[in-house]
Amino acid sequence: MFKIVHAQFLAPGIKRFVIEAPRIARKQKPGQFVILRIYEQGERIPVTIENSDPDRGTINIVVQAAGKTTNLLNTLETGDSILDVVGPLGKPSEIANYGTVVVVGGGVGTAMAYPTAAALKRAGNRVLSIVGARNKELVILEREMREVSDALMITTDDGSYADKGFVTDKLKQLIQNGTRIDLVVAVGPIVMMKAITELTRKEYIRTVVSLNPIMIDGTGMCGGCRVLIDGKSEFACVDGPEFDGHKVNFEVLVQRNAMYRNAEQKSMEEFKRSREALAVEPEPACVVAQTAQGVER
Amino acid sequence: MSPTANKSLNPLSPKERIKVPRQAMPEQPAEVRAHNFEEVNLGYSAELAQQEARRCLECAKPTCTDNCPVGVKVKEFVELIVAGKFLAAAAKIREDNVLPALTGRVCPQEDQCEGKCLLSKKVKPLGIGYLERFVADFEKQVGTHVVPSVPPTGKKIAVVGSGPSGLTVAGDLIQRGHKVRVFEALHEIGGVLVYGIPEFRLPKQIVREQIDYMREMGVEFETDVVVGRTVTIDELLNEEGYDAVYIGTGAGLPQFMGIPGEHLNGVYSANEFLTRINLMKAYQFPVYDEPMLDLKGKNVAVIGGGNTALDAIRSALRLGAGKAYVLYRRSDAEMPARAEEVHHARQEGIDFQMLTAPVEFLSDGKGWLAGARCVRMELGEPDASGRRRPVPVKGSEFDLPLSVAIMAIGTTANPIVQSTTPGLDTNERGYIEADENSQRTTRKGVFAGGDIVTGAATVILAMGAGRRAAKSIHEYLTTGEW
Repeated sequence: MFKIVHAQFLAPGIKRFVIEAPRIARKQKPGQFVILRIYEQGERIPVTIENSDPDRGTINIVVQAAGKTTNLLNTLETGDSILDVVGPLGKPSEIANYGTVVVVGGGVGTAMAYPTAAALKRAGNRVLSIVGARNKELVILEREMREVSDALMITTDDGSYADKGFVTDKLKQLIQNGTRIDLVVAVGPIVMMKAITELTRKEYIRTVVSLNPIMIDGTGMCGGCRVLIDGKSEFACVDGPEFDGHKVNFEVLVQRNAMYRNAEQKSMEEFKRSREALAVEPEPACVVAQTAQGVER
Repeated sequence: MSPTANKSLNPLSPKERIKVPRQAMPEQPAEVRAHNFEEVNLGYSAELAQQEARRCLECAKPTCTDNCPVGVKVKEFVELIVAGKFLAAAAKIREDNVLPALTGRVCPQEDQCEGKCLLSKKVKPLGIGYLERFVADFEKQVGTHVVPSVPPTGKKIAVVGSGPSGLTVAGDLIQRGHKVRVFEALHEIGGVLVYGIPEFRLPKQIVREQIDYMREMGVEFETDVVVGRTVTIDELLNEEGYDAVYIGTGAGLPQFMGIPGEHLNGVYSANEFLTRINLMKAYQFPVYDEPMLDLKGKNVAVIGGGNTALDAIRSALRLGAGKAYVLYRRSDAEMPARAEEVHHARQEGIDFQMLTAPVEFLSDGKGWLAGARCVRMELGEPDASGRRRPVPVKGSEFDLPLSVAIMAIGTTANPIVQSTTPGLDTNERGYIEADENSQRTTRKGVFAGGDIVTGAATVILAMGAGRRAAKSIHEYLTTGEW
């Protein structure tokens, strides 16, 4: 059992958990993730590590409610426990002094981009960060990103905060302004990472993306997370999760991530029904900002 | 004292013994079991076990024991069954084999003990596996294992991986008075015994009981630790104070064929397919959250001819597959699967397409598997494995409509431990170099055995390596000599 020592919503549907996991805290490096299972009948899902504190023996994970498991996870509070947390998994980000690095975080992907941005900054890079979200409420880790960046640009799809538009618009501007960019690191929704790589391919800018396929064991044993890199099969859990974005077949990633959509919808519907039966708000994630008659939490 | 030298307890003369037919294993009817995950074999009654045991010829030089990777004293335990001393028989097996309820079920007896049984020269061999299973299950029902107590040595051993090899090492070393802690990457103890081998062949309850017994003996288990990532071998030795480490991480990474279409939705590795079902209980979705594609009425094929292939396709059948095929590129004679499993699978209606291999997976145009383009093979000259090499027959291509295809064509070494342990040598295929007697690696205090040394093999061979390693670790810890 892994105890949650602190739980806090960063945005509607996006929650940060500080978890007691001393072994993982000691070893975690930027770019890595954990796999967790909440309870005995639960599935195993990969989750971003945002930060860790080796002295306190804790790791921070950031979770966005999407399906049943993430929604259930977001109902957990300080003092609750998670049955299994295993990691740190995946290869760490390759940190070096590249020169100028643009770090792009889209939505909850910002949580994984943040430790990488921080490490790149410590390695002496000029770090230009771009954070994008659908709207003002969904912009996360702004202060943290600002602290580790030489410049921070923010976009919202609806223009409710900072600049209206997409992260690609900002990257395009940087390129058009003649900014010398040695490396782009992009973590976020697949469509975002794909758009970024299309933009940088034309400019011959090396681009690293972090992939999020379906996983089970996270040690290379099952092969469920295989992704097509330069036409060859690689396992995101052990060969990744970071890959050269210009070699990634994003269509296959989208297609494979949709493999269990029917089952996932069924799970989610049953979960909602059971929460309603308990007279609890079905999507606690939305409580904070949107519901007037909010439940006591 | 050899029993044959004295008066045998067996009331039958050798001639009479040969006339007794091999006692059939009671089993669930094929048409019933094809739809459930309960165990196929139901086990001998005491009467059946004694009847079978009386068939033993009590050879002066028992080749069955010589041919057992852990050297179980077959003749002696069988004689104890004849005498009705079932608990003593179980104890006799445990002297050499800490997991008899498992090996009685999953060993390829036909290649080992039973393969060399003298009876098989004239009639069917003695049902040694069935008898081993009987006494192990009897012991469990009576519920009296003896937990041995030994004076502690003060030495501490870390075992990496809780599969058959690691469990054997742990069981043997704890009985020698050492402290043992087993690290497992997954959330459940047992390795391939829990994620790989299905319930209908090896009920998980049996694995859990064996592990509970080890806990009673004092073995500690820690799940959710990926050694190499969560903690390294060097940290275990230098910072956590372990005197020796045993690596039994198994074969690991699934292989694919590298043919077009392997990324289509519906193409699985056998490891993933079986892990979803066995470890994650996806067949009980939505009670369990891990999803599985709906196989009801669908065409499913497994590619491969080993035990893993049969485990996967028989699981698919139980999940409601309409047609369930085995595509194997060689012929029956070369199939590596256990004979009993092949027999059971045929009874259940699995369609074996021998000398057949896919060359491409076909898409439905939306990213989902629609079928496999296959080619028929014929056998040519022997290859490196000594088996006749399959050669494609020109013009034999045909398309097989499929919704799910499961790749069970073997595994390769998982590099996580090797790549994070300086000085630990591996061979050209990435498996750990270890002495075949002492199981010592190129790193002082580090031993390895099982599939991570040999490549994918059997439960019992991994256990054999575990036995040798335990002996060798004990010697090292006692003498301090490397």
